[in-house]
Amino acid sequence: MTTRNDDTSTGRPRLRADAVTLGYDRRVITEKLSVDIPDHSFTVVVGPNACGKSTLLRALARLLKPAQGRVLLDGRTIGSLPAKAVARTLGLLPQTSVAPDGITVAALVARGRYPHQGLLRQWSVEDEQVVAESMAATGVAELADRQVDELSGGQRQRVWIAMALAQRTPLLLLDEPTTYLDIQHQIDVLDLCAGLHEEGGRTLVAVLHDLNQAARYATHLIAMRDGRVEAEGPPAEIITAELVERVFGVRCRVIEDPESGTPLVVPAARRPRTAAAGVTAASAAATRPAATRAP
Amino acid sequence: MSRARTAGTAVLRTARGGLSLRLDRRAAAAAAGLLALALTAAVVLVGTGDYAIAPADVLRTLTGHGTPGQDFVVRQLRLPRVVVALLVGAALGMAGAAFQSVARNPLGSPDVIGFGQGSAAGALTVIVLLHGSSYEVAAGAVAGGLLTGLAVYALAWRRGVQGYRLVLVGIGASAVLAAANSYLLVKANFVDAARAVVWITGSLDGRDWDEVWPLLAACAVLMPVLLGQGPALRLTEMGDDAAAALGVRVERVRLTTVLAAVLLTAAATAAAGPIAFIALTAPQLARRLTRSPGVSLLPSALMGATLLVLADLTAQHAFGPAQVPVGVATGLLGGAYLLWLLTTERRSGRI
Repeated sequence: MTTRNDDTSTGRPRLRADAVTLGYDRRVITEKLSVDIPDHSFTVVVGPNACGKSTLLRALARLLKPAQGRVLLDGRTIGSLPAKAVARTLGLLPQTSVAPDGITVAALVARGRYPHQGLLRQWSVEDEQVVAESMAATGVAELADRQVDELSGGQRQRVWIAMALAQRTPLLLLDEPTTYLDIQHQIDVLDLCAGLHEEGGRTLVAVLHDLNQAARYATHLIAMRDGRVEAEGPPAEIITAELVERVFGVRCRVIEDPESGTPLVVPAARRPRTAAAGVTAASAAATRPAATRAP
Repeated sequence: MSRARTAGTAVLRTARGGLSLRLDRRAAAAAAGLLALALTAAVVLVGTGDYAIAPADVLRTLTGHGTPGQDFVVRQLRLPRVVVALLVGAALGMAGAAFQSVARNPLGSPDVIGFGQGSAAGALTVIVLLHGSSYEVAAGAVAGGLLTGLAVYALAWRRGVQGYRLVLVGIGASAVLAAANSYLLVKANFVDAARAVVWITGSLDGRDWDEVWPLLAACAVLMPVLLGQGPALRLTEMGDDAAAALGVRVERVRLTTVLAAVLLTAAATAAAGPIAFIALTAPQLARRLTRSPGVSLLPSALMGATLLVLADLTAQHAFGPAQVPVGVATGLLGGAYLLWLLTTERRSGRI
C-alpha cells in the first residue's frame, strides 16, 4: 500500500485533472477542464445528464485517456504509471460490472486483491485478512459462501463495494453507486461510503444523481454543466437556488434539511398551464426571497 | 511452511509470507482425474487397430520392453497419432477457453466464429488451386486461420472488443467463408475434392512424428503464454472497467490472448484439420466439472485432450469395421451438445 502522503511540497492534492480535454472518438465532452480532488474529502460530482460527470470520473480512474491535458496522481501522469501500482492507490466502483456465473461472494471480493498479488504471492495472510475485513465492513460477511447471482440488488452493490475495498486504496472512485437501488439501499450505500470516508480518512469521489443526497453526504461538491465546472466547494456554501437553476434548469427553493442541517433543494411546484404565462413575473418575485437561504 | 484452509482451496505459505500458493481443491482433483483418463484412453487407443495390443503390452513397449514387432507398430505407427490427438485436443480446448473468456460467451469459440472455415479456406485454396503438398496444405490452413482471426478481431473492434460483436462478426465471417469453401469444392476435380473433404472433416489417420514436432513446439510456447494471461483474463470477464480498475491492461491482455489462441488453433488445425466442436465443448464441460466461475484454461486443455482421444476411440469402434475420421465423431457429439447449450442458455436468458 502506498503510504506517501499529500504532495505537501507543492500543496497539491494527490488526484487532479489538469486542463483535460475528454471525449469519445471525435465527440468532445469536456474541454480544458481542471479539477482538484481535495485529499481526505468525500467529493461528489453532480450535474444534469450528459454534463460529463461520469466522463470526468472515468478519466480520473485512467479508464479514459485525455485527448489533451493530464490526470495527475501524486504529481505524475496517471497513464504513465504501472497499472497495478495505480490499482494499489486508486480504486473504482464502475457503473456496471458483471459477476461471473456461479461465483461466490468471498471469491468475488478476493478478486480485489489482484493488484497485490503475483505469481509467487497468490494468497497471503494479509489477503485473507483484508478480504474478511472488507466483507465485515460492508456487512456481507454472512453471505460469504452465497452465490452473487442469488443476491438482491442492494446486497450485490455491497459486494462490489467490498471488492473495491479489498484493494485497500487510499482513494476510491464510485460511478453512480446508488443507481437502480431503492431508497433504503441508496441510503444504506451512502451511509457505508460516509463511514469509509470518516474512519480511514479515505478520499472518496462519487458521481450521484440526487442533489439532496449529494448535499447531505458530500464534504466537497462539484457541480458540472456542459463539460464545465459551474461551482465547487462545501455544499452549504455553494448550493443556492440560483446555482440549481443555472446547472439543472430547475426553479427551486433551498431550505435547511431538518435532519442534517445541510441544504435541501425543493423544486418549485408545477403551476397550471393557463396561469403560467401571466404569473411568471409575480411568482419569480415570490420565490426570490426564499432563494437566498435562511441563515 | 504453513497450510491454511479456506472453503475448497488449499494454500501453501512460507513462514514469512514471502511465498504463497493457492490451489482450488476441486479444480486440482478434476484436472488430475482428466489427465489420468486421457492417458488411460491414450494407452487403449495405441493398442487399438487391425493388430490389437493389450494395454499392459503397450505400457511394456513404451518403457522399451516390447517385442520388435510391437515396438514398430506402437512407436512408428500409432504413438504419433495418439500424441497428435492429445496435443490437438489440448490446444483446441485451451484456445476455446481463451476465446470464450474474451467473448464472455460460450458461443465465442474458434469453430463457431469462423476460424475453422478460415483454416479450411486456406487449405482448400492450396489443395484445389495450387495442388500443394501436405506441408503446403498445413501452411495454407495456418495462414487462413490467422487471417480470419485477425480480420474478425479487427472488424469487431470499436473502442475495444465486445463479446457479442465478436460472436456476430465471427458468424458472419464463417458464413462468407463457408460459401467460398463450397465454391472451391465444386470447382475442384474429383481427386482433389476427395482429399479436401477428408481434410475438412478433420482426421488423425496416418499422422507421424513430422506432424508432432511443430505442434509440440507451438503448444510449448503458446500454452504458457496463455496460462500467464489467465488471472488477468478472468478479471476481464467482469467487464473492462472493473478489470482496468484492478490494474489489468485490458486491451493488451485481450490482444495477447487472441493472438496466442489463434496461433494455437491454427497449429492444431494444420496438424489434424478443423476438428469440430472440441473448442466449443471442452471449456464448458470443464467448467461444470470444476464448478469454477468462468472458464479456466488448464482444465479446458485437459478436457479437450480427453474428449479428442475418446472421440477417436469412438470413431474407430462405433461405426463397425469401417473407420471414420475423428471429426465425424466430434461433430455428432458436439452438435448435440451445442443444441443442448443453446436451449439451456436461452432459458437462462444469456443468448
